Amino acid sequence: MTLWTNDIFQVLVNHHVRQVAYVPDAGHSHLINRCGQYGEMVSVPLTTEEEGIALLAGAWLGGDRGVLLMQSSGVGNCLNMFSLTRTCSMPLLMLVTMRGECGEFNPWQVPMGQNTEKLLKAADIVTFYVDKSNRLGESTEAAARMVFEGPAAAAVLISQRILGKKTFME
Amino acid sequence: MDLDRSNYYSLRRREVVKILLDQRDSGMLIVAGLGAPTWDVTAAGDEPLNFPLWGAMGGAVSIGLGLAIAQPTRRILVITGDGEMLMGLGSLATVSIQSPSNLAILVLDNERYGETGMQATHTAGNVDLAAVARATGFSESHNIADKKTFRSLLPQIQNGEGPLFFNVKVRAENLPLVLPPKDGAFLKDRFRVALFGSDAVR
Repeated sequence: MTLWTNDIFQVLVNHHVRQVAYVPDAGHSHLINRCGQYGEMVSVPLTTEEEGIALLAGAWLGGDRGVLLMQSSGVGNCLNMFSLTRTCSMPLLMLVTMRGECGEFNPWQVPMGQNTEKLLKAADIVTFYVDKSNRLGESTEAAARMVFEGPAAAAVLISQRILGKKTFME
Repeated sequence: MDLDRSNYYSLRRREVVKILLDQRDSGMLIVAGLGAPTWDVTAAGDEPLNFPLWGAMGGAVSIGLGLAIAQPTRRILVITGDGEMLMGLGSLATVSIQSPSNLAILVLDNERYGETGMQATHTAGNVDLAAVARATGFSESHNIADKKTFRSLLPQIQNGEGPLFFNVKVRAENLPLVLPPKDGAFLKDRFRVALFGSDAVR
């Protein structure tokens, strides 16, 4: 497992994150597996990312902390549901693996990838764009503190520079 | 699409919700879907352990699921409408995978978008929400169209082992609005304080 995945996982453990909601992404696969094997966490695979926004609102109502793992394209699916987060002042922690930027081979990923951070900011969500793997732990820690001690809504955007180029050969 | 038939359904939404909530166990947590279900639940009594939605269309079942996972010893009842449910059909598949034994979903299906002018929803055609739930893996999924069936399934709705899905065909009618507080942060804090005490907002 890559070191940065360990760093992120440890932050989630330290903050007592329990519900781990996700739509799978290659870049998140190690973290998803790691959380799935950890007895203190409940993995919730989703059919679409906005379910995760609603799920984690329900989790917080019931006293659980959560995290939503998704790809940049999924952020677009969440936009209206962010109204729930904002209107109710719900804590929301998101870890977003980026597509549609450096090295992207699929032009269909570019429109969302190039606008992910802009759209999150438009929804009043704090963003941490990280393109160095040794910074992911500290950025996730900063985001988690803001979220759970806030409450706030924050997203860590994990650059394609860290994840590497996706090809059909992988 | 049959634009007329739900004008003649015998069950009335306010009465259904009132009967359900009058027998409510004090620990039961309610999520109400936006629009008429939120007004119906509030008409039966504005309670701190209700989470009535004014938006988040398509999200009611997912909110109920997050709550059900977080509070496994309490009963969670999601009361929503057919339009709201249609926008979040995928969430039924997500519930099915988690299979929470403490979650029940009840749809008040009047075959209309009530807040926007009573236009037909897909259930005015041949879309059967109970069949959708069954297809996603709910082993208990029922259509309820008359009082006798509703009465006989009441214990199941209140206490049956979940996940459970009930689609209640109700008359299309415009009723007086009974509004809960509108401030989402207040509703959230009120709910959490009722569950956890005042530490929840410290």
